[in-house]
Amino acid sequence: MSEQAYSASEMMTVAAARMLAEDDVCFVGIGLPSAAANMARLSHAKQIKLIYESGTLDTKPNVLPLSIGDGELADTAISVISVPEMFRYWLQGGKIRTGFLGAAQIDRFANINTTVIGDYAKPKVRLPGAGGAPEIASHCGRVLITLKHNARAFVEKLDFITSVGFLDGGDSRERLGLPGKGPAMVITDLGILEPDPVTKELTLTAVHPGVSVEQVVAATGWPLKVAATVATTQAPTAEELAILRDLNERTQAAYG
Amino acid sequence: MAEHLTLRDAIQRHVLPGSTVALEGFTHLIPYAAGLEIIRQGITGLTVVRMTPDLIYDQLIGMGCVDKMIFSWGGNPGVGSLHRFRDAFEHQRPKALVIEEHAHAAMANAYVAGASGLPLALFDGYLGTSYEDINPNIKRLTCPFTGKALAAVPAINPDVAIIHAQKADKEGNVWLSGIVGVQKEAVLAAKVAIVTVEEVVDRVDDSQGGTVIPAWVIDAVCVVPMGAFPSYASGYYPRNNRFYIKWDAIARDYDSFKAWMQDFVLDTQDFSHYLRKLQEADYV
Repeated sequence: MSEQAYSASEMMTVAAARMLAEDDVCFVGIGLPSAAANMARLSHAKQIKLIYESGTLDTKPNVLPLSIGDGELADTAISVISVPEMFRYWLQGGKIRTGFLGAAQIDRFANINTTVIGDYAKPKVRLPGAGGAPEIASHCGRVLITLKHNARAFVEKLDFITSVGFLDGGDSRERLGLPGKGPAMVITDLGILEPDPVTKELTLTAVHPGVSVEQVVAATGWPLKVAATVATTQAPTAEELAILRDLNERTQAAYG
Repeated sequence: MAEHLTLRDAIQRHVLPGSTVALEGFTHLIPYAAGLEIIRQGITGLTVVRMTPDLIYDQLIGMGCVDKMIFSWGGNPGVGSLHRFRDAFEHQRPKALVIEEHAHAAMANAYVAGASGLPLALFDGYLGTSYEDINPNIKRLTCPFTGKALAAVPAINPDVAIIHAQKADKEGNVWLSGIVGVQKEAVLAAKVAIVTVEEVVDRVDDSQGGTVIPAWVIDAVCVVPMGAFPSYASGYYPRNNRFYIKWDAIARDYDSFKAWMQDFVLDTQDFSHYLRKLQEADYV
C-alpha cells in the first residue's frame, strides 16, 4: 500500500486513537482527546463508550464538539445526567475505565498543569483551570495524555500540579491512595512515552515515522529516558486518514 | 412562591449590591440576559459563583460588578482565554479581583451540599494537587469509619441563583432539558432563585423527560426569549459559535470592550433591544 502524506498532528491523533479499545469506557476531555476518542469510535472501536463531563453518557457526535456542552453531545448520547451525578456516581464511583486528558505542561512523572504558567498570584499565562481533570486523573482506571511535544510543555518542574500522574515517582501515587492506576501513556506529535514499571518516570518507547530519538530528547525539558529498543509507530493507513479527514471536514463545515 | 416578573424588576428586587450570585449553566442554557441586566443596572460588589465562568462573567468582571469569583474552569469554550478576567486578576483593571479556585468535582459537590442543608461537602479529591496550597477553603478530613483521607469544601449557598430554562407554567413551575449541569442544585442551594424562560405554557411536568423545578423553590420567573444567547436552548436555538469567536477580539482590549458594552448593553433598554442591535451590526 502506498503511503499518503500526513501531518504530525494527524499522526498524533491516529496514534492516540489506537490506544482505545472496542470495550473501553472513556472520559473524554475537549480538544485533542475528543478528536482521538471519536476517531477510535469511527474506526476500530465502534462500540466504545464516550463520556463528556457535561453529563453525556455513551456519546456519538457526528462532528467534533467545540465546547464541552455542545448540543451535538446531548443529542447523540443515550442519556444526559446532571454534572453532580457525573462526578459523584460515575467518576468518583469508579465506573470509568479510561480518562483521556490534554495538558499545557507535563513533567517526567506525568503530573500535568492546566491552571497557570508562572506564579499563581502573578501569572505569565493564566490558563482556564482544572475543570474535571484532577478527579479524572485520580479516579479513572487508567489515564491517557495527549499534547504537542516541545520543551515549553515538557518541563523539569511544573508551575502548578492540576492533576496527579505519578507524583514523585515510584510508589508515591499508590501511597497517596489514588484509586486509578495513573497514566498509561503520553502520546505526542513526535512519539510515545510510557512510565517505567518501577520508577514511573516517562520513557520514550516509540517515535513516529521520520522522527529521531535526538529530536524528541531535544524537545523535552528534562534529560529524557529512552527505552533500550525504541519502536517506530506505524504510519496512518489510508483508511485511518480518510476517517480522520472526513471527521475534520464535517466539523469544519458545521462551524462554517 | 414564584412570581412572574419582568427581568428588570426581578434583578432590581433580588440582586443586591455586595451579594453572592450564581448564574449557572454548563455551556447550555446560560442566563446571559440576566447577566446583562445586572450590568445595565450597575450592581457592584458581587461575589460571583460558577463552575464554568465564560463570556457573561467576563462581561460582569470587565464592567466592574465583581469583587470575587469562585470557579473551577474559566475560559471561552473552544476559543481561548477570558481577557477581562485575566486583566482584572493580573492588572487589577477595572478593579482588583479575588479568586477562589476549585476543580469541578469540588464545586459540584459543594452545590449538592448547599442544596442538602449541609455545611460542607466531602469527596474523594484534590490529593497531591497544588490546589490546597492556593485555596484555604480546601481542608482534609479523615473518614471515621475507614481512615480514608477526604477533601472537604464549604457548601455553596448563594444569596441568589439565576438560571435559564426552556419553559415555565403560569404557577411558576419550570422545565428544562438537554444538558442540565448543576442548575437544579444551584436553585435549591440559594436563598432566592430567579429563572428566565423561553416561554410560558399551560402546564409543565416531566412526562416528556427533562427536569422540573417546582414553583415553591423559585422566587421569580421572567419570560426572555433567546435569553441564553449566544449559548443555546435545546429545542429552541443552537449555540452561536460565531459570537464566541468574535468576543475574543472585542474583549482583548479594555477600551474596545468598554465601548462595545456601552453601545450594546448600557445603551439598550433590554435583551430584545440588545439582540436587535446585534443583528443590525451583523454580530448574529
